[in-house]
Amino acid sequence: MIYAIEQVLNGVQFGVMLFLMAAGLTLIFGIMNLINLAHGSLYMIGAYVAAGVFSATGSFFLGLAAALTAAVLVGIAIEIIVFRTLYERDHLDQVLATFGLILFFNEMVRILWGSTALYMPVPSFLSGRVELLPGIPYPAYRVAIIAVGLAIALLLYLVIARTRIGMLIRAGASNRVMLGALGTNVTLLYTLVFALGSALAALAGVMAGPIFTVESGMGESVLILAFVVIVIGGIGSIRGAFIAALLVGVVDATGRAFLRPFLTIFMGGSAAAKFGPALASMLIYILMAAVLFVRPQGLFPPRGL
Amino acid sequence: MGGRYGAIFIVLAALALVPAVATVAEAPFYIGLFARIMVFAIAALSLDLILGYGGLVSFGHAAYFGIGAYAVGILSYYGVTDGIAHFATAFFAAAIAALFIGFVSLRTSGVYFIMITLAFGQMVYFVGIGLNEYGGDDGLNIARHSNFGAALDLDRPIVLYYFTYALLLLFLLLGNRIVRSRFGMLLQGVKSNERRMIALGFPTFRYKLAAFVMAGAVCGIAGALFANLTLFVSPSIMHWTRSGEIMMMVILGGLGSQVGPVFGAAAYLILESVLSRLTEHWQAVLGPLLILVVLFSKTGLYGLFAVSRRRSG
Repeated sequence: MIYAIEQVLNGVQFGVMLFLMAAGLTLIFGIMNLINLAHGSLYMIGAYVAAGVFSATGSFFLGLAAALTAAVLVGIAIEIIVFRTLYERDHLDQVLATFGLILFFNEMVRILWGSTALYMPVPSFLSGRVELLPGIPYPAYRVAIIAVGLAIALLLYLVIARTRIGMLIRAGASNRVMLGALGTNVTLLYTLVFALGSALAALAGVMAGPIFTVESGMGESVLILAFVVIVIGGIGSIRGAFIAALLVGVVDATGRAFLRPFLTIFMGGSAAAKFGPALASMLIYILMAAVLFVRPQGLFPPRGL
Repeated sequence: MGGRYGAIFIVLAALALVPAVATVAEAPFYIGLFARIMVFAIAALSLDLILGYGGLVSFGHAAYFGIGAYAVGILSYYGVTDGIAHFATAFFAAAIAALFIGFVSLRTSGVYFIMITLAFGQMVYFVGIGLNEYGGDDGLNIARHSNFGAALDLDRPIVLYYFTYALLLLFLLLGNRIVRSRFGMLLQGVKSNERRMIALGFPTFRYKLAAFVMAGAVCGIAGALFANLTLFVSPSIMHWTRSGEIMMMVILGGLGSQVGPVFGAAAYLILESVLSRLTEHWQAVLGPLLILVVLFSKTGLYGLFAVSRRRSG
């Protein structure tokens, strides 16, 4: 039972990280109608810069600040250099150009930090375990991830629903031509949204650093899962992204933990060992296929945001 | 139209001469390189059918490539060496996978379609990693080439080369027939205005699915050829970047240009081969190059050769 709760918590923790990625992607798509494969690169840059600065200075927060700054700067740079030309192009061109960006960033990371994976320790003030429920100790770092993720989700909701900039973002999503005609600097708004998405991706990357390996290409596996999340949630919908992210996180974590013992009941240990891992990794894609089958537009088809 | 057939003829003649030239020049490396180019040309032309003519941006095409390769690998693992069994399994396994993936993905369109095909591609990749029985992450060595009898001994590199050449020729001809058929016209109609095609009473979903399955099956054959070329399969051959590479080859060659994928595969792989000899970090050069191609060229390499051609899409 304790194991089960732990797995669900792991799923929630992975889910909020996916949410940070998916929120940026879905915002960028909803407003600029841009599919950005290089979003995973910003996640990777966040993780690398944080790991580098953290190990050099010994301060986790300095690493975090450096990572966010670096990712936002890189994000703004590629927005200005590459994406501004791409907004008016079709999705195929966007996919190809951002694929080129991925190749570039993955290789740059190898040039700068070498091709071996970096190790990033859990910051010492979060290294212990806390008892979330009586008798269930859970790593403090993962609790912190869940807390930060939920806080960011709430903040994002408040910003988008309650502030002036959020209002502009919503307006941009529903009719950007009209927004421009009404005197808003849409170009600047795009850059801002892009910077916001970059910061969210980098934050996810920093938090992922101590849990996963920091290596070249680390962004893409998360990116593709974030795609699954926004496809399930409905493209352009922050609320959909949040619910779908938690769903995908929990299904993935519990599937990996329980599918094999579950299969053992039906097909015996050796067959379960053979097919369990393969089937467990298929689970979220099957979930995606099932959702699409019932609702091709995702769970929350966006009306604005 | 004369330019198009001229280009095809020159390319095919050049490819036919590669083994002779490489043997005279004592550079057998080039036989392998050009065999690879032809294998990827087949994969790229299968993608071009749905991408260039159908307008379906499928970003999971490496999955069918991998399934075809694994069909050869797994059959060999169980001691089946018969070539017809290998290639038939590769063809039908890839077709069935494409049927399922297409059936779900084609219910959507646009960005959804891109993301979903990418996700399914990743799923197949992870399944490959999860197949511990067949080497998992480390992959699977293949003991022998597909056995087509003594007359067609694929153990000899030259025979394997011309076998690949013959299949490329077959699929180029077949592609030409398909594109000019009623089915091909319908597919292009779907690309330029699907709503109108539906209004005209065509069940577009069925046509798209049929094209999707055909493309997957042909790509499965390319995968089986690749397995024969390397005598090794591993999940990395169906990594999502492979899907991106195949798509790049189509774009480099020019969308919907039939023979373009051959140019594209050659350009991409030769560029890769040259760059990787210059620097270990060749991808840092390739990435920006690809961005430049996308930003500044719309017709691809083939467009450079056939300027007078009607611009497609």
